Formats: sequence, structure tokens, C-alpha cells
Amino acid sequence: MSITTGLGAWHFALVGTPNSGKTALFNALTGNRQKVANYPGVTVERKAGVVHTPSGRCVKIIDLPGTYSLRARSPDEEITRDVVLGRLKSETEPNLLVCVADATNLRLALRLVLELKRVGKPLLLVLNMFDIARRRGVEIDVARLSAELGVPVVPSVAVRRGGTVELLKRFDDLTGGSATGCAGSSWASPSSADLRAAQRQADAIMRATVHVPAPDTLTARLDAVLLHPVAGLAILFVILFVMFQAVFTWAQPAMNLISTGFAALGALVHNALPPGLLQSFIENGVISGVGSVVVFLPQILTLFLFILLLEDLGYMARAAFLMDRIMGGAGLHGRAFIPLLSSFACAIPGIMATRVIDNKRDRLTTILVAPLMTCSARIPVYTLIISAFVPAKQLWGWASLQGLVMFALYAAGIVSALGVSFVAKYLFWREDPSPPFMLEMPDYKLPRVKSVALGLVTRAQMFLKRAGTTIFSMMVVVWFLASFPRPPTGAAGPAIDYSLAAMIGRVLHPVLAPIGFNWQISVALIPGMAAREVAVAALGTVYSISGGSEAAQQIGHVLAGQWSMATALAFLAWYIFAPQCASTLAVIRRETGSWKWMAVTFGYMLTLAYIAAFATYHIAVALGAG
Amino acid sequence: MSRDSQIAASKPCLPLGRALAGFRGRIEAILVGNDKSGLPPDELERRLIELGFVEGASVEILHEGAFGRDPIAVRIDQATVALRRREAMAILVT
Repeated sequence: MSITTGLGAWHFALVGTPNSGKTALFNALTGNRQKVANYPGVTVERKAGVVHTPSGRCVKIIDLPGTYSLRARSPDEEITRDVVLGRLKSETEPNLLVCVADATNLRLALRLVLELKRVGKPLLLVLNMFDIARRRGVEIDVARLSAELGVPVVPSVAVRRGGTVELLKRFDDLTGGSATGCAGSSWASPSSADLRAAQRQADAIMRATVHVPAPDTLTARLDAVLLHPVAGLAILFVILFVMFQAVFTWAQPAMNLISTGFAALGALVHNALPPGLLQSFIENGVISGVGSVVVFLPQILTLFLFILLLEDLGYMARAAFLMDRIMGGAGLHGRAFIPLLSSFACAIPGIMATRVIDNKRDRLTTILVAPLMTCSARIPVYTLIISAFVPAKQLWGWASLQGLVMFALYAAGIVSALGVSFVAKYLFWREDPSPPFMLEMPDYKLPRVKSVALGLVTRAQMFLKRAGTTIFSMMVVVWFLASFPRPPTGAAGPAIDYSLAAMIGRVLHPVLAPIGFNWQISVALIPGMAAREVAVAALGTVYSISGGSEAAQQIGHVLAGQWSMATALAFLAWYIFAPQCASTLAVIRRETGSWKWMAVTFGYMLTLAYIAAFATYHIAVALGAG
Repeated sequence: MSRDSQIAASKPCLPLGRALAGFRGRIEAILVGNDKSGLPPDELERRLIELGFVEGASVEILHEGAFGRDPIAVRIDQATVALRRREAMAILVT
């Protein structure tokens, strides 16, 4: 490959240990000039962006997954190795490696620098979080460190304005001349003796160039409480409980605002257009369909806000520590806690996050149970049914009954996930010893408003894009199925009784009748296979078309009038388990590389859903809620 | 490996996996027996080294889990690492 010093000819790769603030630095350097996608063929996230140096040169920069060594142990680390070594065909070989290190925790990073030197590419070491290091009394002789390592060293503060000025200046110097050819790689997978020798060398360099005071006392004091065997677990459960209560109460005002807005929009269209097919399509198919899904944006963002804050705070690794033994009892790895917690927002990022689990079996178990965690797409369904059927009572003066039912549904998801993984581990894969749990716990840091905001904006965009594409097109299909063929002139019943939707619903109904579902639910479940929340909009469409346009704004009221309590409860039980998300199934296929595991997931979830709904319905009927 | 075993035999070493919270000491050797760990011995040794567990480093057990005192949070020089006692058995300390 020939390297010229023209526009875009410079490719830098960011490499670093986990928690080195690499992504914060990447965000600071590229701002909104970044693209997040996947590497072709694998689902490792590829983050690339463009940096403008002070003199106006463009540098393409790529953020690689964090790693302690180029010795790849997981798909994430394989990508890092292959990009660094220029082995990945789809990726332009970087002509400079930027190694990012946490200035407060240099020891392991220095060993990585020594290993990266063997790759033979120009290398730059960035001492990130330099301000925190200085405040804590860490003294680094930057010039000496650079001399000892034989690598240029630049301090930076990714999260402060102006914190990367010196680094950008260095980029300018580096890109001023023509790119030097690479010396040729002498990297080979290091043996334990190599690693030992390199760590000893790194430790010697540390002693000569870095003065380290006592460890961070704030982190130690916080950990004394947060990692306490009893208090720590109690706090973790309080955090989770507050999170779910918040999803229910904080988001309410914003949700009211959105639903009022869509209702007004629907009324506007209703008045502006003449009655007929077009009016019905825009009002019932488009506006109420998309509106009934978009209204859940505040809840989803509240949930993600908690997850992003806990992540940035450094609490997630502590949660994994606290949960390791509990999860281990169910045959899960402590590291599975983070993917499973993300699955509360959405199973897709959760399943993708399982790439941090290096053992194949452990990863597979986690993938299988991740869709059982209550994802945000179930929130619309749960909210709708709970607010229609569970009275809004306060218990003991502080907890809402509706919030408690929601909490119980979440708990049911968690318990069943643990149960399924227990069965998988101890019945099918009994002979495998469980792999080790080893995790570095970063010092606590105050989350940055900017990075949390950037994360929330990304989630909101992803959700709205889904609402605008997948969900919208499904709504059009549902509206079509519910509207055609038109009823014969002079027909007595509601129009939907004559539609394709009713025909499909009636075919499915015998199968679903034993679990208490009527044919309207059977119809709504079909588009609900594409995405769970679509079922809400579909129910709205089915019922509003059969009961007049005003009903679309009050699906809950209609359901409360038409469903028995037993049906509502069976519907909730069905939703704890049902594999109703085409995107999740697609991601499982991609992540496991096999149709088999996708089919296994689909099959076991559907079976559990049917059994759970069947049991719930019949118990409720027996108790007089039929 | 044999050199390490000699060191282990000549000094009163304690596996880190048996030490209690509050223990402070220095790593004498990394000695991986081919026992119950889910990793081949050589791989476990490399991973421990990559997390900074090398001979001479100072360690302190900061925290223990609620059930069976497992896993443990170990301060190793400036960093804190969580690991299970089973793997910590390979770290011999004095």
C-alpha cells in the first residue's frame, strides 16, 4: 500500500487498555464527525471519525476495542489485533498507533506500549486523564518516560475543553512530513515468560519516571460501603428498584405531552381530510400507530440514563463483582451481568455486549437468556395493560401498586433467565468447568454530562429510526390487513370483522384460545413478531377500526372494557417470554453464527410463553378473574 | 515452572486464594496447577500476568464477596482487580 501525504491519507488507530478513557478521547477529537457501524462479517462495533489538525490537515482515526495485549482472546480483541497488524482486509492499515493510557493507572498500559513497539509502526503514547493524575499527586516525568520507552508521550485531558490542544499539535507535527515506512513487524504472540519480562521492564520504567502517592482514597472509601458484602448488595438492589420506579414516574409528564401532541395531530388530520380511506390511513395507520410507540421514548431514555450513568461512574464492574457468586450459582459468569443489565434497555446491545465474555459456552448461555430480561420494548405493552387493569393505588404510602406489578414482571424475567441458564449449564454442559472471572475495577469518576448526553442522543436516534422504519412499515401492513377487503354494503358488524386481519386471527384463534386470547390479540401478535411494542399500536388499530376513531387515543379504556382480568394477566405472562422481536433473533443468528441457536432461542421462549400464559389464565379463571 | 516450584518450596508461601480480607503481602511466584480452573494452565498464567500479577508486586485483599468470601477484590500496586479464589490459588504470596 502506498502512503501519500494528501487529504485523508493519514490513518491513526486508537489502542488502549479497558477504562483508559479511549472513547472519551475519541469523542473529544472527532466530535460529531464520527460514524458508528460494524466491521463486516462480525458484530464488533467499528467507530471511525475524522480529526482536523490545527493547520487544517485531515486525519482519519479509528477507535479500537480495549485490550491488555494483542494476544486476542475474544472477538473484540481479535479485531484490535488484526487492525493493528494490518491483517483486516476491509480496513486501511493504520500508519500510526495512538496508545491511550490512564495517567493514574499506567502500569499495565506501559507493558502494552512495549508490546505495541514490536509491531514496528510509529507509535504515540497519550497520557489521558492527566488532570486527575496531577490532582491526586501522581508525578510523571514525561520527557524521561518518553526517552525510556523510545516513544513520544503527550499528556491530554479528553473531557476538558482545550485538553487535547497539545495532542492535536503533535498530530500536526507527525503529519507534516511524509509518512515513514513501517519497520516491519516483529510481533509474535507473547509467552508467559515474554509477558513477565515485559511487565518487569515496565515496572522498572514506572519506578524511574512516575511518582505514585497512596491509592485514591475516595474510591477506597466508597468501595468500603459499595462493595460491603451486605450493604453493597442492598445498595445494588435499591439502585435497581429506584431505576424501575423512575422509569414509571419520572417519564410520565413527557409521555403525557407526547400523547397529547399525537392526539392533536390526529384530530387535525381528521378534520382536514374528508372521511374515507385516506383519512383512516393517515389518522389510524400512521399517526396513531407511530404515536403509540414514540410515546415510550421518555421511558427508554430514563432507563438508558441510569445505565449510562452507572457505566461512566465505574459502578458496573462493582455490580459484576457483587453479582458474580449469585450469577455463578445459576451457571452464569459475573461478566454476564453487564450484558444482561443492558438487555433491560434492549436485548440487541446486550447480546452484542456478550463479546466481553471470552468463554464460548458462557457467552452462548448469556445470549440465550438475554432476551428474557425485560427490554424497553416490553414497557409499552406492560404499561398499557397495567394502567388499564391494575388500580393506581399507593401502598404503604410510598410505593405505587402499578410500579410493584411492573417490578414483579421484571423480577419474573430475571428469575426465568437464571432458571434457564441453570438448566443449560447443569443439564447440558455439566462437564465444563466454569472459566475464570477476572476484571479490573476502575476508580470512580464523575460522569460527564457531555458523554452521557451523546449516549442518550444516539439511543434516541436509534429508537426513532426504528419507529420510523420497521415499526412504521409494520403499522402500514397492519392497517392494510385490518382495512381490506372492505365490508360489503349494508353489513351490520364493524368493518374489521370482514378484513384479512380477522381471517388470520380466526385461523390462529383455536391455538391461542386455551391461553385466553381473543382473535383481536391473535391479530396483534402477528405484526408483534417484528417488534414487541408494535403489538400495542396493532391493538389500537384493530380496536379503533372496529370501534370508531376516538378509541385509538384510549386503547387502555377499550381493553379494560373488552378483556377479562384473566386475559390481561395471561397477555402479560405471554410477554415475559415470547420471542417477539425479529431484530433480536437476527442478532442471535449473527452473533452465534448459526441458525440452530436462533431456532433454539425461538423455540424455548415460545414454549415458555405458551405454558406461562396457559397457567396464568387458568389460575386466574379459577380464582374468579375470568 | 521447576524454578518456581523450588522458590515455592523454600519459602513459607500462602496462596492468595486462602488469604482473608485485609491481607497485605508481596507476590513470590505465579504457580498454576493444572486443576479445576476453566483455562489451560499456561493461559491462566498469561492472563494473571497481563492483569499485573508478577513476582515482586505488592498485593492487598480489599474486599470479599458475600457468599463463601468469593470473589475477592485485590489491590495490585495501583489497580484493583476482581477475581475468584480458585484462580487466586495460583498466586503465591508472602
